[in-house]
Amino acid sequence: MWRYSRVDELDLDAFSPARADAVAPIAQVDAEGLVPGAISVLVVDGRMVPDPDGSSSLDPGLEIGPVDQVAGGEDTLGSVVDEGPDAFAELNTAFSPPALVVRVRPGLTVARPIVITQRVTADGHAVFPRVIIQAGEGSAFTVLERYASPDIVALVAPVVEIDVGRAARVSYVAVQELGPRVWQIANQVSQVGQEATFLAASTALGGDYARLRTDCRLTGRGATGDLLAAYFGEGAQTLDFRTFQDHRAPDTTSNLLFKGAVGGHSRSVYTGLIRVRKEARGTNAFQTNRNIKLSDHAWAESVPNLEIENNDVHCSHASAVGPVDDEQRFYLESRGVPPRVAERLVVAGFFDEVLARIPVPAVLDPLRARIAGKLDRREQEDG
Amino acid sequence: MTELRIEGLRAGVLGREILRGIDLVVRSGEVHAVMGPNGSGKSTLSHVVMGRPGYEVLGGAVTLDGADVLTMEPWQRAQAGLFLAMQYPTEVPGVSLDDMLVASFTAAGRDPDEVRARMVGEAERIGFDARFLTRPLNVDLSGGEKKRNETLQLGVLEPRIAVLDELDSGLDVDALRACSRRIEQATEETGLGVLAITHYRRLLTELRPDVVHILVRGEIRQSGGPELADVVEREGYAAFLGDEDAEAAPPAPAEPDPFADPLG
Repeated sequence: MWRYSRVDELDLDAFSPARADAVAPIAQVDAEGLVPGAISVLVVDGRMVPDPDGSSSLDPGLEIGPVDQVAGGEDTLGSVVDEGPDAFAELNTAFSPPALVVRVRPGLTVARPIVITQRVTADGHAVFPRVIIQAGEGSAFTVLERYASPDIVALVAPVVEIDVGRAARVSYVAVQELGPRVWQIANQVSQVGQEATFLAASTALGGDYARLRTDCRLTGRGATGDLLAAYFGEGAQTLDFRTFQDHRAPDTTSNLLFKGAVGGHSRSVYTGLIRVRKEARGTNAFQTNRNIKLSDHAWAESVPNLEIENNDVHCSHASAVGPVDDEQRFYLESRGVPPRVAERLVVAGFFDEVLARIPVPAVLDPLRARIAGKLDRREQEDG
Repeated sequence: MTELRIEGLRAGVLGREILRGIDLVVRSGEVHAVMGPNGSGKSTLSHVVMGRPGYEVLGGAVTLDGADVLTMEPWQRAQAGLFLAMQYPTEVPGVSLDDMLVASFTAAGRDPDEVRARMVGEAERIGFDARFLTRPLNVDLSGGEKKRNETLQLGVLEPRIAVLDELDSGLDVDALRACSRRIEQATEETGLGVLAITHYRRLLTELRPDVVHILVRGEIRQSGGPELADVVEREGYAAFLGDEDAEAAPPAPAEPDPFADPLG
């Protein structure tokens, strides 16, 4: 699971866990992170910053708070992550400040998105944010988690546990916009119950080395998991994705679509496994990874895998790495669009298939602007 | 008055010569039809004029009002006033018609704010459902919708010379009539010159050709008035094939015309 990664460059001793008193007080979420009408939660270096308005304004049946302040919270920790997917998840368990719990009671629909802003501020430290999302039976809601930092040196190793109860409908969006020298090694583990629907969408634009491992376990009959990602590397970034679609119950469906672009000297890694267990007859599982290489020095690795123990399944995987599509570019150029502009339109359009499915529209314009910014910088680099 | 002049044009793909010396002059307001059997080089001609990658020019010249077209990038050819309606318009996911036309207007120094109103106006003229205007380019469009989309762009961009590469393939009778009528109108309203590449005469009922050229094995074998299209319709291309053509390439089985009148 670490092949093609840069984990051997990491000197763990250089980072000590961020202490509570090292946390710089931040009164409010920065303006860019604001989503109008959202339920906003600020977490700094893994610790939730109490909101002066308090949780009184939350919908009844929605609980958001540190694990030690939510009734029965301690039982939730590790309820999805039964064993650490990797050493960094173990470190998270050892060093995480009290985990942030988001719990929605059965049957409750939360119309407003729940926006968690994870600010990383501890220069020279390691930060271990832990988030536990629990969706009661038949509940429906969206959580957007945004990771951001100033230009500091830090290691961020978040673990997110998502428990999607029976017939619940949950969307979880992770927006990674960390500073250019930050290392991220993230684990996102979900289990999806009977007839439940889960959508996980990730965007990765920041970081020096940014890794995300996504484990989606379909544990209840008829469960559905949609996994999406959009990533764009520039400079010397490495963006690294490991996915695991784990079909453990009959009639389960998973759809994965990861799309990335690499420019400059950046690299991306995608390795994914669809596993269909013996008991998971009637599985539909799809895995698609597409990459655009924008420079001769950039590099994208794409390794899809299948492991199938049941015959009654529909599975497919596809992967591609290549330059901007010539035919698409020619079509735009033949209408009078200059090559640079045509390429920008094609690359932005390439991501749109993923972005259009992010259920928090307020973040789309800032995301598109960041992608446009990367394309601008690229043009400057190329002269 | 604009003039597209093609002189002694020779071109090929992967070292194989397909066009073996084409001479054609299309002026403003004129409609030229290029008809020919499969494999005669019709599509190659349209691609080479627009500069599609993958085609190699082996000799000859293409000029637009004296300017050398062959040294221009495709986008510069478009900005100079050429337009190619493609036989198989490319799907461009995530890019809307609006985005593309605004980018084209901006590059031309035209007012991009005009694009929206022009799109809506053109859509009405050819019966193109306005809901397609915001869709990604050509994605999930039927054959007829794609050709209406090409025609709409022609109307918005107002080129001086349009090359239509089998505009009549893959579209229904209504769409064929709407598209060919709109292009015929453009020849009168804006003096559009047309080079219409086609297999069948049906395109030419609404879009009336001044000259018909018969292209066989990369050469224009005959040019004449609209009556040439009638000969093709009645007798096929056999009349234009020489003995050496039969030896060089046995004619492929005739492609059934899905729109042919079964009683005719």
